[in-house]
Amino acid sequence: MNAQLYRLAVLALACAGYARLATAQDHSQHREPQAPAGHEHEAHEHATPAPEEHEPETHPPDTQPPAMDHAAMGHTMPPAAGEPREPIPVLTEVDRAAAFPAVAGHAAHDSGVFGFAQLSRFEGWNDEGTGLLWDGQGWIGGDLDKLWLRTEGERVDDTTQAADVELLYGRAVARWWDVVAGVRHDFDPGPSRTWVAIGIVGLAPQKVEVETTVYLGESGRAAAQLEVEYEMLLTNRLILQPLFELNVSSKDDLERGFGSGVTTAEASLRLRYEITRQFAPYLGLVYERAYGETADFRRTEGEDVDDTRVVGGLRLWF
Amino acid sequence: MSSDSVPGFAGPLSRRRFVQGLAAGGALASSALWPRSLWALESADEPQVLAGTDFSLTIGETPVNFTGRIRPAITVNGSLPAPVLRWRQGTTVELRVTNAIPHSSVRGHETSIHWHGILLPATMDGVPGVSFDGIGRGETWRYRFDVKQSGTYWYHSHSVFQEQAGLYGALIIDPAEPEPFHCDRDYVVMLSDWTDLDPDTLFARLKKMSDHDNFYKRTVGDFARDVGRDGWAATIADRRMWGEMRMTPTDLSDLNAHTYTYLMNGRTSSGNWTGLCHPGEKVRLRFINGSAMTYFDVRIPGLKMTVVAADGQNVHPVSVDEFRIAVAETYDVIVEPTGQDAFTIFAQDMGRTGHVAGTLATRAGLRAPVPPVDPPAILSMSDMGHGAADHGAHASPTHPASEHGNPLVDMQVMAPIPRLDDPGVGLRDNGRRVLTYSDLRNTFDDPDGREPERSIELHLTGHMERFAWSFDGIKFSGAEPLRLAYGERMRIVLVNDTMMSHPIHLHGMWSDLEAADGRFHLRKHTIDMPPGTRRSYRVRADALGQWAYHCHLLYHMEAGMMRVVRVEE
Repeated sequence: MNAQLYRLAVLALACAGYARLATAQDHSQHREPQAPAGHEHEAHEHATPAPEEHEPETHPPDTQPPAMDHAAMGHTMPPAAGEPREPIPVLTEVDRAAAFPAVAGHAAHDSGVFGFAQLSRFEGWNDEGTGLLWDGQGWIGGDLDKLWLRTEGERVDDTTQAADVELLYGRAVARWWDVVAGVRHDFDPGPSRTWVAIGIVGLAPQKVEVETTVYLGESGRAAAQLEVEYEMLLTNRLILQPLFELNVSSKDDLERGFGSGVTTAEASLRLRYEITRQFAPYLGLVYERAYGETADFRRTEGEDVDDTRVVGGLRLWF
Repeated sequence: MSSDSVPGFAGPLSRRRFVQGLAAGGALASSALWPRSLWALESADEPQVLAGTDFSLTIGETPVNFTGRIRPAITVNGSLPAPVLRWRQGTTVELRVTNAIPHSSVRGHETSIHWHGILLPATMDGVPGVSFDGIGRGETWRYRFDVKQSGTYWYHSHSVFQEQAGLYGALIIDPAEPEPFHCDRDYVVMLSDWTDLDPDTLFARLKKMSDHDNFYKRTVGDFARDVGRDGWAATIADRRMWGEMRMTPTDLSDLNAHTYTYLMNGRTSSGNWTGLCHPGEKVRLRFINGSAMTYFDVRIPGLKMTVVAADGQNVHPVSVDEFRIAVAETYDVIVEPTGQDAFTIFAQDMGRTGHVAGTLATRAGLRAPVPPVDPPAILSMSDMGHGAADHGAHASPTHPASEHGNPLVDMQVMAPIPRLDDPGVGLRDNGRRVLTYSDLRNTFDDPDGREPERSIELHLTGHMERFAWSFDGIKFSGAEPLRLAYGERMRIVLVNDTMMSHPIHLHGMWSDLEAADGRFHLRKHTIDMPPGTRRSYRVRADALGQWAYHCHLLYHMEAGMMRVVRVEE
């Protein structure tokens, strides 16, 4: 019996070439209960074949395994697809005990909550008064669901010209698009207003960043804002960013100085230098113009219908 | 932000000396406590080597300085990399691993060691929550198993980001029988990526701005150059295609030398790890990529490298000038330095943003010229698995239903192919003989020999902007285990539906890579999956239990590119 097993072991080793995991021995002879790995044992000390048996050249890749009577060796064989050259070890209770430990389950870190805050525009100008503008947004959440906070505002000569805050729930709905919904509160100008906000945020083809929101307010008032921006890399740190913003209102709002239809549009170019990704000062040229009734309101107030200004600012995130 | 390793770094001499002085020590508190070596090599840069069958490993926190700033690392016996462990095939090893990470550490409540590529019982595999419950603070876990295989492997923590923080080391298993090659010297060359950032902070940064490190995007100037070279129509078509995908072709790796300082055996380039050898000697270099996120392209200018083993498995010797080593892979090469006193071991990252260099020399303190980092490569549409579709040569693959309309899947390949004979982006036609998977043939035939009875196809998926990673669009937390029947021979087919390369590692069992014609080709523990590829491998389910299966880019795994594989009776 042992001589036959020895021959089989040599054959198996030979056919495996340099595979060092030869196990074609009667496992019962080598079981070491104290070793949890007891199902495969090295045969070499007992059945090291002559070195020439190991020459891989004698076994071209197509060589079929020699027929071996594995059943006689007591191995369980898988059905149909033939027998493995290296027998599948017979499982023992030791193997079974070491296979499925009672563990709490792998702690996944793929659903973590992260936070992001960015001041995408924080800029000032000095041109018929000293002005300051901020445009910031942040989120807390995971890959699909986020809670957004957005704020935008403007102060000229220490008077707040406009200021709003939005609190939105955002959900990723498509490859490049998140839907957001929530509330917006306008503090200035005039009486404060609260709106229900629904919008989309995402990346259009060519990596054009799009943010558009529809606002539904009191007494059937509705408004919409579209913001589109793009980044042109002059170098990988010197970046020219065109931005276009359009505001539309369904009704006029005399107290706040807006007419119906297109109220204002803004086109701007900002050239920033990313000293680090997080910290980028910029210079910009902003052209803003009022349309329709909004323009009329401005004329009545003695203001310019349009405004061109040079701004300097910072873009930050953390 | 460290800029120490950006291309062409040649800071003022004083600065380099400063870094060198600090970095040469690596782990500041390492050497004194433990025996320096049981491994008789006469090098000034010997790593800690522990040999035998009985080991005590203590995981703790050690201050290190690789950049000029002192940062805490997670270390084994105070050493980064962890000590080289030297086992012998056919023995039973026992390793007692103690969690001595101080209470002050943010990473210490649990630790673990996983023996990468080692065949062992499932409870000894060291993955918290899969094979055991981890090693709590102050606890000692006893690993004990038979050493069935031989070759070059490595070990690392499988607890969150401890691997990034320094917990990785080489594992060498001497064979029971003589090896089919000879060498006079034997060195481990462990490549890794170090960051001063806390790895949790880095993960959060990836979630906020995944392209933070991509300072290689194409500019207006590149557009003008391409118009001049390729014409308006071609250039606009090219930009339109990438624009449609909202991707950039310079996005070769999520993290690069803007974040990382690359290390060779725990030393920066300035630290100049040196392996000593005499002219004409055969020197075996056991390359291990112990990085969290970095693929390296390795060469030794002036020397041919003869690759004799891949992932610990002997291969028919193949002579090359250069090889790409994916994260978690190992390659054993033999070189014969002769004709000059020093040769540079040069490893540049796949994105060509930095490098680490060490030296093979006849005596310590020598240095050969360090070549410049190659110009950055850019991905082509055919790299992305889109090229061949234009010619109708391949049928579009079927994508899993879970990818469709999935906001966490940002692309799907149209014509994936194995590309086993492709050196990879940035290495094609570079004038050097570059290793490919096709070149590697084991010295043994398929040890199992059976044809697979069934195939499971899995797609590697992700979303660059959201930094979400998964199989089939389903992150680990939402996925069911893969179930294999004990004893079966089955096939895993992987299709890379992302623009990143992913090294895919199955624990507990070999991944027997198939040639393009479906035959057994190469036994590995980690299969590199470049973008746009479809590769298949055979698995012999001879290891009962549950096992981790994942992308070995650490932050991809943690973001969800992982599954549990259950081998059941």
